[in-house]
Amino acid sequence: MCLGIPGEVIELDLERPDLAKVSVSGVRRLINIALLADDPPKPGEWVLIHVGFALSKIDEHEAAAAMQFLESIGQAYEDEMAALRESLIE
Amino acid sequence: MRFVDEFRDADKAHALAAKIAALCEPGREYKFMEVCGGHTHTIYKHGLEDYLPEQVVLVHGPGCPVCVIPMGRVDDAVALASEPGVIMTSFGDMMRVPGSHGSFFDAKAAGTDIRMVYSPLDSLKIARQNPDRQVVFMAIGFETTAPSTAVTMLRAAAEGLANFSVFCNHVTIIPAIKAILDSPDLRLDGFIGPGHVSTVIGCRPYEFIARDYGKPVVVAGFEPLDILQSIYMLMVQLSRGRSEVENQYSRVVPWDGNLVALKAIGETMELRPYFEWRGLGFISHSALAVRQPFAAMDAERRFSVPGVRVADPKACQCGEVLKGVLKPWECKVFGTACTPETPIGTCMVSPEGACAAYYNYGRMNRHRVAEAASAHSAGPA
Repeated sequence: MCLGIPGEVIELDLERPDLAKVSVSGVRRLINIALLADDPPKPGEWVLIHVGFALSKIDEHEAAAAMQFLESIGQAYEDEMAALRESLIE
Repeated sequence: MRFVDEFRDADKAHALAAKIAALCEPGREYKFMEVCGGHTHTIYKHGLEDYLPEQVVLVHGPGCPVCVIPMGRVDDAVALASEPGVIMTSFGDMMRVPGSHGSFFDAKAAGTDIRMVYSPLDSLKIARQNPDRQVVFMAIGFETTAPSTAVTMLRAAAEGLANFSVFCNHVTIIPAIKAILDSPDLRLDGFIGPGHVSTVIGCRPYEFIARDYGKPVVVAGFEPLDILQSIYMLMVQLSRGRSEVENQYSRVVPWDGNLVALKAIGETMELRPYFEWRGLGFISHSALAVRQPFAAMDAERRFSVPGVRVADPKACQCGEVLKGVLKPWECKVFGTACTPETPIGTCMVSPEGACAAYYNYGRMNRHRVAEAASAHSAGPA
């Protein structure tokens, strides 16, 4: 679905620079950060995630606003989170 | 009585609405199109049109990449899924889109191996785990999603994966907007530009709308205040006789877009000469196909698909809804034969579709129900 979900970068892996561990509403997952290769995110920064890829960096305020928007969508957001939980990108 | 969801900063919303009203010339209608499912959600959920003067009308355009896939193409996807040895992988919102002989969901229930994935990278993983099977990824979405498919293909190539391919149905937003601007059905005064698509393509692609068609464009964020502010910015431009592209969502959208993403798309995909859009017909250079160097990963070349063109069901008015000519409740089958549980057309199937959005929010809004009832008896507005 075309939803962009905010996530906080928790950890990077020096062996795998194209991946990052993020926390999305408490769910920890690996996502691909290859699209941000020009300015890779660091732990503590927030990114907009779409189908397992970080699309852009956002600030914490925008992340909170995006979360509120997503929660207001209801079912579509829940479905997206359920799909994210099922996903185990490596 | 107004029955509208309250949200924080309601005072600011009223203030913006007053400023918008102050710019309205008497007797003139202002029609703005938005092409983003997220914007439609915000508008319907918070009843933003109730804040606006009656002269300002919002129209939802073809911003749902699932909604515009013609039935024949869905049939092609189901045919691919049914090939021996194939595991079809797809995003969730594609699962219930009806083709001539049912959807992915129906095919899966009948035993076809179709698996829902969150990311094209999940599809890649399935390919690695099942070397004896052919894994196909149903690639859909606008430019927001195409980079993810592109990077996945580059990964597959780097790993030398021989059993992964993509059925590419990525569409591009600009030609669709141009087709609407060229259509005699609709007279628009401006555009509310999509949010997340623009993080990839930036704001430059919209310049032709302002320059060649003289319509202002404001790229907007998703919050109610973002949309109201964007409408205000459009009204200011119109009142001053300007037509430019402005970026209200600059906190997220860079003017130049994401160059890494655009480069990945350019490496793996190219524009098709034309592609059929449900409701809009054939539009030139409006969709992406896998480039020749990646032909082994092009499901259309690896397998053969029926490629039959299928007309929409007679009752279906998705075309007019997608173009913004009809509002969801003006469609003859809205809410009766066509509901989220029994969808006839894609505007109802996809959560981003205008009809699904309206069905989910409009029902809870007594004011809109009354409005819909009188619209049905009076005929289309």
